[in-house]
Amino acid sequence: MSTTADHVEHGDHADHGDHVDHAHEPHVHEHKPDSYYVKVALILAAITALETSTYWVDFGAFFLPTLLILMAIKFVMVASLFMHLKGDDKIFSYLFYTGLILAILVYMAFLATFRFFSPT
Amino acid sequence: MAMWLFLGSECLLFGGLISTYMLYRGRHPADLGPDQIFDIPFTSVSSFVLLMSSLTMVLAVSAAAQKDDRRTNLWLTVTALLGATFVGGQVYEFTSFYREGLGFTSSLFSSSFYTLTGFHGVHVTVGIIMLMALVGINKRSSVPGDKAEVVELVGLYWHFVDVVWIIIFTLVYLIPS
Repeated sequence: MSTTADHVEHGDHADHGDHVDHAHEPHVHEHKPDSYYVKVALILAAITALETSTYWVDFGAFFLPTLLILMAIKFVMVASLFMHLKGDDKIFSYLFYTGLILAILVYMAFLATFRFFSPT
Repeated sequence: MAMWLFLGSECLLFGGLISTYMLYRGRHPADLGPDQIFDIPFTSVSSFVLLMSSLTMVLAVSAAAQKDDRRTNLWLTVTALLGATFVGGQVYEFTSFYREGLGFTSSLFSSSFYTLTGFHGVHVTVGIIMLMALVGINKRSSVPGDKAEVVELVGLYWHFVDVVWIIIFTLVYLIPS
């Protein structure tokens, strides 16, 4: 687990061009300024508004792909930027996304089994 | 490491619940299906509230990294309040569905829906308890070990609860059966 106590960049005082290189320190990720997280949240809110608009606006054939793509974008944004997977040690990404991909594969197989073998 | 393993295993749990719902969401009486009872504008507001709680949580983590106890406690409390608002909305939603005749055992759809969203609601509630406990021990300055790391671990759990809802909101509420 990465620790935050020894981070060099802190909140709004972060200086993008003046930080210590942590490349050789394992399990350490940098914290962005608070304004960065607010911008990410605004983008997430805008995507949620776009998702919700599909309830009133007819997207036709693009309805399902649009919703799934927007859902994936939101998922990756929260996991990468809020959970700091992006700047963290790759092992954490592997653990998390392995669980996710395993879940998708197992349950796709599960749903396919019911599709093919359920009585009609 | 342990937290990420735990979250990976939670993916499997919610994967199972979401799959079960997807399988059974068409099994319902004609007048008590998802298309008839879901209140999308209301749930959209709930989703927005939970999404914003992720912002306040990451601000709490940021404040903890700066060793700013006052702002850490403030953002943790706001996060808990937003979480409580979400859970309150879910209780209201469940109550209104029940009054419309959708009980837990009314249909396979209702059972799988209540189980999935109820499990998520329990996770949010556990997160709220963790947040308030953290505020309490933070005020007494008795957080064991690295305080920033403890806040970050609780933050990971909270963000996970949020990403699960991102999936539930799309697959359960927005995509019609």
